[in-house]
Amino acid sequence: MLNQYTMAFGYPPLTKILASFFGKLLGQELDPLKNVLVTVGAYGALFTAFQALVDEGDEVIIIEPFFDCYESMTLMAGGHPVFVSLKPSPTGDGDLDSSNNWQLDPTELASKFTSRTKALVLNTPNNPLGKVFSKAELELVASLCQQHDVLCFADEVYQLLVYDGVQHISIASLPGMWDRTLTISSAGKIFGATGWKVGWVLGPNHILRHLQTVHQNSVFHCPTQAQAAVAKSFEWEQLHMGQPGSYFAEFPKAMQRNRDHMIHSLQTVGLKPVVPHGGYFLIADISDFKSKMPDLPGAAEEPYDRRFVKWMIINKGLMAIPVSIFYSVPHQKDFDHYIRFCFVKDEATLQAMDERLQKWKA
Amino acid sequence: MFLTQRRLCSLGSRTKFLRTIYSSKILGFSTSAVGITYHRLTNYCTYSAMSPKKEMSLKFKNAKRIEGLDSNVWIEFTKLAADPSVVNLGQGLPDISPPSYVKEVLSKVALMDSLNQYTRGFGHPSLVKALSCLYEKLYQNQINPDKEILVTVGAYGSLFNAIQGLIDEGDEVIIMVPFYDCYEPMVRMAGATPVFIPLRSKPVDGKKWSSSDWTLDPKELESKFNSKTKAIILNTPHNPFGKVYTKEELQVIADLCIKYDTLCISDEVYEWLVYTGNKHLKIATFPGMWERTVTIGSAGKTFSVTGWKLGWTIGPNHLIKHLQTVQQNTVYTCATPLQEALAQAFWIDIKRMDDPECYFNSLPKELEVKRDRMVHLLESVGLKPIVPDGGYFIIANVSSLDADLSDMKNDEPYDYKFVKWMTKNKKLSAIPVSAFCNSETKPQFEKFVRFCFIKKDSTLDAAEEIIKAWNKPKS
Repeated sequence: MLNQYTMAFGYPPLTKILASFFGKLLGQELDPLKNVLVTVGAYGALFTAFQALVDEGDEVIIIEPFFDCYESMTLMAGGHPVFVSLKPSPTGDGDLDSSNNWQLDPTELASKFTSRTKALVLNTPNNPLGKVFSKAELELVASLCQQHDVLCFADEVYQLLVYDGVQHISIASLPGMWDRTLTISSAGKIFGATGWKVGWVLGPNHILRHLQTVHQNSVFHCPTQAQAAVAKSFEWEQLHMGQPGSYFAEFPKAMQRNRDHMIHSLQTVGLKPVVPHGGYFLIADISDFKSKMPDLPGAAEEPYDRRFVKWMIINKGLMAIPVSIFYSVPHQKDFDHYIRFCFVKDEATLQAMDERLQKWKA
Repeated sequence: MFLTQRRLCSLGSRTKFLRTIYSSKILGFSTSAVGITYHRLTNYCTYSAMSPKKEMSLKFKNAKRIEGLDSNVWIEFTKLAADPSVVNLGQGLPDISPPSYVKEVLSKVALMDSLNQYTRGFGHPSLVKALSCLYEKLYQNQINPDKEILVTVGAYGSLFNAIQGLIDEGDEVIIMVPFYDCYEPMVRMAGATPVFIPLRSKPVDGKKWSSSDWTLDPKELESKFNSKTKAIILNTPHNPFGKVYTKEELQVIADLCIKYDTLCISDEVYEWLVYTGNKHLKIATFPGMWERTVTIGSAGKTFSVTGWKLGWTIGPNHLIKHLQTVQQNTVYTCATPLQEALAQAFWIDIKRMDDPECYFNSLPKELEVKRDRMVHLLESVGLKPIVPDGGYFIIANVSSLDADLSDMKNDEPYDYKFVKWMTKNKKLSAIPVSAFCNSETKPQFEKFVRFCFIKKDSTLDAAEEIIKAWNKPKS
């Protein structure tokens, strides 16, 4: 019967194990039927949350750089996105910049909250930066959410991919936050199987039930087999926690090695990587290139990073993503000197990258 | 008339530079993280000025668009039928096995690394190609796999994308009663008003009551159209009646769509399940209809794999592109391994469409036998079933069956009470037909109950035992 419809809000063995696995991480007793909703990827979870809770005219605070769908989903719900940027503090000469050096200004963040603010979207670990919000930073966000009675949509898809011993903390586990937070995650990112499109939302029933309403009026069910496979995978991992062969233990270690490899390699051509502490990506500062070759071909007013990426693809055979696309239009000009690389790649790809960089350097 | 206005006008896709330079060949990047991102960028937009300050609502309250849409007949009734001792003829869920080659292709596909990563958002390339090849035969016209097909999360997802993509606040949408229950809440969620028209019939003495006896009155139908009518939702073969609309009936609808410049959302998930003497016709093939129709199909119903949740919409690009915009702002893409397996399953059957072994031919033959069995069974206990010409449901008026409903909630329609009582006391479940009606028409259908017959013989045997053993019906 795995080829037929399952329960609308989630295949029971999956919701059961999600409740038990993540309940521990959140410090909550989770009911598989009331506190868990399985969705079509974390993307589907985000959509469901926006449609369930954001009304026309509501404001949604989005921290930049942001995964691009947050803005379009806010708009589709008739909401008004309000942006606040993470900003890097200056680094010492010769020091590598780090994602935890990028921070929110508390006064600026507080100023973004108004009586119309419905929700704040928090992405930790962050895409593209790889920043893992610290406890203090989360407490700042939490206190503002509580003070202004605002919901928190916490996109934590990279939660199991953290480096250098840094700890991922779910904001929902902080005092006063469970009741107002939706925690979103993804089997695709956790198990490296993005094509399965299995995501979920964890939250208090008084909010989650509205997502269930949207879900039953949009997709209704998610595919059964993919959910069954994710459930089995979690069960396997739970049994093998801390043992050799545990994907949850081995994968972050392997990706940390990839990250370090890429950081080392990119520097050989004058790219300045920002060390990420979580996630799939790192960004690299291209300001030196901007001052040495400011006039790369491109449309008038086209941000520098986009022109640089085009040049790099054509001339160096390397592809990256311009980081200005993760910013709202008014702020793109301030952040047009970074490009994003993905290091969750196999050995062959990293070697090919090294070859291109060698040629570049020569 | 075809463009949605407020909800999506600012989310239209715009060609971004990355489309022109993206090539996975440059560095052999997989599509996993890098590739997906550039696709997402195409929906960047500007936002309109804030609307005037409204009264502040409680933050935890639901958004207005879903007000009143929280109850759902399936959630309620599948819970009841979940008891394994209940013979479940309720939800349209096959308990027969899907074809073995369908299951085999999925297990092979799952072992391939690249097929476990993101695929193209609007539909996995090999799947849209297979769909294009199959449907070109039925439409007798070329269908562009990239521009005229969208793969969605089940036909349910296609309905959602179509309604969100094409229907605006203040629009009217005509829905024939009884209707598959999601049409109404989806229309309301888009801020539009459903306009209902019932199918009407009377049983004729001495003649078997058939789904073809249920028809629309053309004058009454025309009276529902006006300048606000954005679309009509057509479901053929019909759930729950099993009605297969005839050429003449479709022509009436087509003429009105053209006269009033209305869209047609045609839900054809049961298109292969048509019984002897009937032919499924696609309204999109009628003159003047291709450009205003989106046609929805379902893998779940085609291959008896409802759990795969893959559906598709076929239509002209000027309509499909709006459904694609919704897709890239909702789920973005559907599961890859399932799409690849579906494509391979399609190729197997496309190659043998004239063969009786082709599942498109063998399944309706298998189901016709089950249909006839159900008709006979229901008649044998004095019920008057409506013989379906298509689909896998059969409905019957159950008022002559004894049932003590005195303990049931008073404010529910008869059939809701009856089904709940029957599930609990007779261990047989079905679905109340008034669940497929709007509140005004519920009383007309509240004596009818829907049985699903895409079930193994042993399930039908068990149902037969229960029905035959029922208290002797009143004459």
